[in-house]
Amino acid sequence: MTSMKGFFRGRAKIQPIWVFVIALFIFFSVMSEYFLSFGNISNILVQTSTIGLIALGMTFVMINGNIDLSVGAILGLSASLAVGLQAISMTLAILAALVSGILLGALNGFVVWKTGVNAFIVTLGAMLGVRGLIFLYTGEQSFFAMNFAFADFGTSTIGPVPVLAIIFLICALIMHLVLTRTSHGRNTFAVGGNPEASIDAGIRLGRHMMINFIIVGFFAALAGVLLASQMGAATPNLGRDYELWVITAVVLGGTKLTGGYGSIVGTLGGVLAIGILRNGMNLMQVPAFYVLVILGAILISVLIIDKKLNAPSAKEVRI
Amino acid sequence: MNASSPQSRQPIDAAPILELKGITKRFPGVVALNNVDFDVRPGEVHALLGENGAGKSTLMKVLAGKHQANEGKIILGGQEMAFENPKHAKRAGVVLIHQEQSLVSEMTVAENIFLGSLPRKSFNRVDWRKLREDTNKILERLKCGFQHDDLVGSLSIAKKQMVEIGRALAFTPQVVVFDEPTASLTDHEKPVLYDVINSLCEQGVGIVYISHRMDEIFHLSHRISVLRDGEYTGTVNTADTNEDEITRMMIGRSLTLDHASKPTDFGDNMLEVRHLSVKRVFEDVSFNVRKGEIVGMYGLVGAGRSEVAETIFGLRKPSAGDVVLDGEVVNFRNSHDAVMSGVALVPEDRKDQGLILGMNCRDNMTLASLSSVSSLGFMTSAKEREVYDKYHQAMKIKTPSWRQKVGNLSGGNQQKIVIGKWLHTQPKLLILDEPTRGIDVGSKSEIHTLVKDLAKSGYAVLVISSEMPEVLGLSNRIIAMYDGRVTAEFDGDNVSEDALVQAITGMGKQAQAS
Repeated sequence: MTSMKGFFRGRAKIQPIWVFVIALFIFFSVMSEYFLSFGNISNILVQTSTIGLIALGMTFVMINGNIDLSVGAILGLSASLAVGLQAISMTLAILAALVSGILLGALNGFVVWKTGVNAFIVTLGAMLGVRGLIFLYTGEQSFFAMNFAFADFGTSTIGPVPVLAIIFLICALIMHLVLTRTSHGRNTFAVGGNPEASIDAGIRLGRHMMINFIIVGFFAALAGVLLASQMGAATPNLGRDYELWVITAVVLGGTKLTGGYGSIVGTLGGVLAIGILRNGMNLMQVPAFYVLVILGAILISVLIIDKKLNAPSAKEVRI
Repeated sequence: MNASSPQSRQPIDAAPILELKGITKRFPGVVALNNVDFDVRPGEVHALLGENGAGKSTLMKVLAGKHQANEGKIILGGQEMAFENPKHAKRAGVVLIHQEQSLVSEMTVAENIFLGSLPRKSFNRVDWRKLREDTNKILERLKCGFQHDDLVGSLSIAKKQMVEIGRALAFTPQVVVFDEPTASLTDHEKPVLYDVINSLCEQGVGIVYISHRMDEIFHLSHRISVLRDGEYTGTVNTADTNEDEITRMMIGRSLTLDHASKPTDFGDNMLEVRHLSVKRVFEDVSFNVRKGEIVGMYGLVGAGRSEVAETIFGLRKPSAGDVVLDGEVVNFRNSHDAVMSGVALVPEDRKDQGLILGMNCRDNMTLASLSSVSSLGFMTSAKEREVYDKYHQAMKIKTPSWRQKVGNLSGGNQQKIVIGKWLHTQPKLLILDEPTRGIDVGSKSEIHTLVKDLAKSGYAVLVISSEMPEVLGLSNRIIAMYDGRVTAEFDGDNVSEDALVQAITGMGKQAQAS
C-alpha cells in the first residue's frame, strides 16, 4: 500500500491553489452561516462536477502542450443527443452522446497530429462547427427529458452523497492515477515538456496526443449527459463559455499553458476554488456580475503569485 | 602591426583596463566564487578556463552586472564600479557575448545590432539613415559577408554570431567577454571569429575569452587564468606554458587521450548503410559498423553527418538506399520502430533533443524504456529507482537526488543521463552525435572512457564529431564526409591530420589552418 504522502506527492508539489481553497473555505465558513453544512458542501461538488469532469481531461491535453476549445460545444451536442434520442432508446441515446464526444475528440486529435496546425485553431474551428451541428440537429429547440429515470439520476444520492459528486471524485481519482502512474501519463508530460526529445526517445507523439483529445472529448460528453440529466432538459446553447471556465480552473490549478507541467490534484483545487467562490458569494448575496469580476481578478492574481513563488532561484546553483 | 601570428603571443605590457579584486559570491548553501582576482589589459586576449561549475560563468555575470558580488571590487579604467544590472555595465563599456544567441530572427541585421537603442529623430521616429550608416561602420570593422538589411533568420550560425558581436560593438566597449564563442562554429568558420577578435585587440579592446578548447586558447590568448571549484588557481603567460600545465591547474591532474585503450575485438557487421541518399541533403552514403567497433564520422557542420544519423534512426525518409541492422534490411519509418529494434541516438543538442529539462533525473532516464519498468501500462516506482540507481552509480552521475530536475545539472551529467537512458534500452547500435559538445574536460574524458568500454562490451558505436582529437582518440575507423558525400575512410590508428582535414574540406583544397 502506498502511504498518503507518497500518494499525493505526484509530480508537482502541493499547489498554492490548495492554500487558497482552504483560505476561501475558512473565510466563507465565518462569513455565512449557511456555508459550512454537509448539504452545501455536496451542493458545491454537484455544481462543480460538470466543469470539473471536463477539467480532468483538459489537464491531460494541456500538459501535453495542446488546448481544446471545443469542449463546451461537445457538451452541448452530447446533451442534446442524450435527451433527443430518448424516444428511440434510453441506452442508445446515452451511448450515442458519449460516442459523439469520443469521435469529435479523436477528430480534433487526428487533425492536430496529421496537419500540425495549432490545437488552438483546430479546436476553435471545431467549437464553431459543432455548435452549428447542434442547431442543425435541434432546429433551435430545447429538448425535455421524458424518461423519469434519466431525469432523476442527476439529482439522486447514494446515502446522503449526491451521485454526481461521487462520479466526479471517482473520475478524478482514476485520472490522477493514470497521469502519475501510467506510461501514457509520463509520456504526456514528456511530449508537452519537449516534443523533440520525446521523438528522439521513440515516443509516438501523435498517438498520445490523440488519446488525450479523446479523453477530454469523452469527459465533455459525459458532463453533457450528466448536466442534461440534472436539468431534465437540453438547450442548444448549453455549454457556452464552458471552455473558458474549464481552462480557468486548470490554469488556477497550476498546469502550464506551454505544457509539460501540471497535476490533477492542482486541477481539483482550481475547480473547487471556483465552485466555493461562486457558492460562497452567492450565499453572501453578492450580485452575480461582481462574482465574475472577482473571479477574473483572482485568476490573474493567483498566476502572479505563482510566478513570484516559482521564480528561478534554484537555477543559479549548478551541481 | 599586422595580424599577429600565434607563436608571438607575448604578454602585453600595459596597466590593466579592468581589475576584479577579491570577488566572493555566495548563493544559498554554496560559495560560487571565493576571493577571486582577475584583470584584463587593453589589447590583450585573456583566456579564462575551468571545468563546468568552476565559477567562470558566475564570475562573468558578476563582471557584467547580472550578479552582485558579496565581497570584492570591480575597477574599470581606474574607477571602482558597482554594476547594478547588465545595462549599467554595458554603458560603462563591459559587454558579454552570450553562449546562447539572443537575436530576433525576423528583423534585419541593423535592427538587431541597435535593438533597444535605435537612433531617433524628432517625434520619436526611427532615423533609418543614421541606423544604416552606423551599422555599416560596425560591419566594416567585422569584415563579414552580409549587409545591414539582411534578415538575421537567413544567416548561418557563424554570421549570427558576428551580428551578436556587432551588437557589442555598438556600445564602443572597453572589455568584451566571449563565452564559448566557437561552441557552434565549424573549424572552417572559426578563423573569421579569430580575425574579429584580433582586430578588436588592435583597437585596444580588452578581451576575456572563455572556452574549453585548448587549441583555440593557445592560438588566441596572451594570458590564461584558471578557476577551480570557485577558487582562483593562477594566471600564466600563454607563451610560457603548455596544455599539460593548464590541465593540471584545471583539474589537479594531467590528462592525455589514451589511444591504446581503444577496442580491438570486432564481430560481424551490426550496421550496414548501403547507398543511402536523402534528396538535396546527402547522397550515396555507404559504410558499416561492426559489433565492438567504434566508427567515427568526421566532417564540418552541414556536411550531412547528423542527417545520416537521423535517417538511420527513422526521422528522415531516404530517397534511395537501405539501412541494414544485424543482417536485416530495416529502413525505419519512425523513431519508435528504430528504438524497438535496438538503435539508440544520443542527439547533437542535449537540451533541445535529448532531455525533458523540466523532468527529474529518474524520469528522463527511463523515458525511452517505460515498458521495461511498467506492467499493463502502470509504472512501478521501485523498478524505476532500480534503473536509475544502476546507471547513476555505473556512470558516476553527480546529482543530490533523483528528484533533481535535469535542467539544473551540468552538461557532463546531463549527457550521462542521456547515455544512461539509451543503455537501458539495451541497444545493438549506439549513435552518438557530438557526445562531448560544451562539456568540461573532466567529464569529457569520463564519457570517452565510457564509450570505449561500451564498445569493448560488444556495442556497435557510431560517433559523430567535429573535434579532431575526439575522433582520433576514439575511432577504430574514421569516415570523412564533405558536402553530403563520404569522401574517404581511414584507419583510426594510422591517419595523418592533414589527410583528414583535406578529406572533410573537399579533396583538392589545401587546408589553411596552421
